[in-house]
Amino acid sequence: MNILAHPADPADPVETVSPTAVPSAAATRIKAVELQQASVVFGTGDRAVTALSPTKLTLEQGDFVALVGPSGCGKSTILRLVTSLITPSSGAVLVGGRDAAIRHLRMGMAFQNPTMLPWLTIEQNVMMPLKIVKPFKNTFRQDRKGAFRDRVHTLLGQVGLKDFAGHFPWQLSGGMLQRANLCRALVHDPDLLLLDEPFGALDQFTREELWQILQDLYLDRKPTVLLVTHDLREAGFLAKRICVMSARPGRIISDEVVPLPQPRAIETIYSPEFVEMTQTLRALIAQVRT
Amino acid sequence: MNEKQRIRMWSFSLIAGFFLMWELLCIVLGVSDLVLPRPSEILVTLWTKFPILWPHILQTLYSTLIGFSLGVCIGVSLGVLVGTSKVAYSVAYPLLVGFSSIPKVAVVPIFVLWFGSGTTPAILTAMVICVFPIVVNIATGLAKTEPDLEDVLKTLGASKSEILWNVGLPRTMPYFFASLKVAITLSFVGAVLSETVASNRGIGNVMMTASSNFQVSLVFAGLIILAVLGVVLYALFSWLERRVTGWATRDTEIAIT
Repeated sequence: MNILAHPADPADPVETVSPTAVPSAAATRIKAVELQQASVVFGTGDRAVTALSPTKLTLEQGDFVALVGPSGCGKSTILRLVTSLITPSSGAVLVGGRDAAIRHLRMGMAFQNPTMLPWLTIEQNVMMPLKIVKPFKNTFRQDRKGAFRDRVHTLLGQVGLKDFAGHFPWQLSGGMLQRANLCRALVHDPDLLLLDEPFGALDQFTREELWQILQDLYLDRKPTVLLVTHDLREAGFLAKRICVMSARPGRIISDEVVPLPQPRAIETIYSPEFVEMTQTLRALIAQVRT
Repeated sequence: MNEKQRIRMWSFSLIAGFFLMWELLCIVLGVSDLVLPRPSEILVTLWTKFPILWPHILQTLYSTLIGFSLGVCIGVSLGVLVGTSKVAYSVAYPLLVGFSSIPKVAVVPIFVLWFGSGTTPAILTAMVICVFPIVVNIATGLAKTEPDLEDVLKTLGASKSEILWNVGLPRTMPYFFASLKVAITLSFVGAVLSETVASNRGIGNVMMTASSNFQVSLVFAGLIILAVLGVVLYALFSWLERRVTGWATRDTEIAIT
């Protein structure tokens, strides 16, 4: 059940991609994310550093792709390309079938650092995207005490933070903040969710708990998700596809579908086939690290 | 709470003890009141001369507060300008440091030259002296916005002004209020300074006149007034700081509503 269904949005991304295409056909053809031989080079001349070799990567709508690889391999660079925080040095990055810079799809993002604003309550923090993203921002003044508040509270309820809406960030633990962070990334019903090692700083139990929460949220509203992580079990548990990247300059060396049906139970990660899968990935990364 | 009260009691005793020692030393060593009057004498002078002093107190406060308000306006605008753009920051910084390193006593004669003696140079001195700390603090606060958070907001499609309004400025508030505490005391110093040089009103002028008439206890009475006013102004702004930016100090009493 999708409680936070899109409000009447005249600019629904899927249907306005191309004026000539039939909407339903477009929905099947248009990729959520497409990296077409995109590369990133920082600096010029002798000091040029290639952060990302020409890379091809495609995410279907509703896909959940995990990017794994040794540190510094350009995983985050891909996220920054997709969100158009940086522009490719060569090649192209398309989001929703258009240049990433247009920010055609509604995006939500979460980092390892929860970056909650300390002067706002959790509720106000989570509500922040509604103040900025169209079409929500147009009615923010009228709805912040009504519809938007309910929306935030429903979401906080789903991650078990119902009683903490009025608390300030410093009153919450790291795991709780990260849940709030997920809520903030999802509150405006993004078409594309970008997660940069969101659970990296948490302990194992909290992490597993949050994997399940994230899986529930994902299956509930089916955004396209791109998850950067260096935790292979996290990738295996959550993702539909796992892309392995080589050491710098990074490129994708393996792109495999996870052969397990969703939703997955947490016990899955101790099953023989799961362990075998992560072992294979691990060996692959160990190879390319050097 | 108990601890707080004890600390308060101790600082009160320290102040009382200071004046008591002063009084005793003057009596024991037989210091002439032309050199150093006793606190009790100063208090008497303060009491008897208060009706005369009152307009001067108001005058000094007036110059200070007007100058300070102007300084805050200018400081905030400059700070936002300098803080939001890396280029502006690097370009403007040397000039700002240059201005700030000029001893402010040196600008009073220029203001007097331009505007004549009186209230105007006092206000202007109070203004220029407090601009710099505000500019620096606002600029620093804005520059400190977390890059991760900015990325989150940019990804949402936030414009520069939306980021400034929702994140930059609130994040800057603790810096701003910390600088206000410094700025208000500086303004006060500036106003008094200008009054001593070129004015026939204000506490600064009273002290100047009193000293040339050898009314030493009146000079000290002026000093006491300045100290009290300074403390009051400082306390006012630190109270305001706690009210507005309690979140920065994690004070549970204030933060939870």
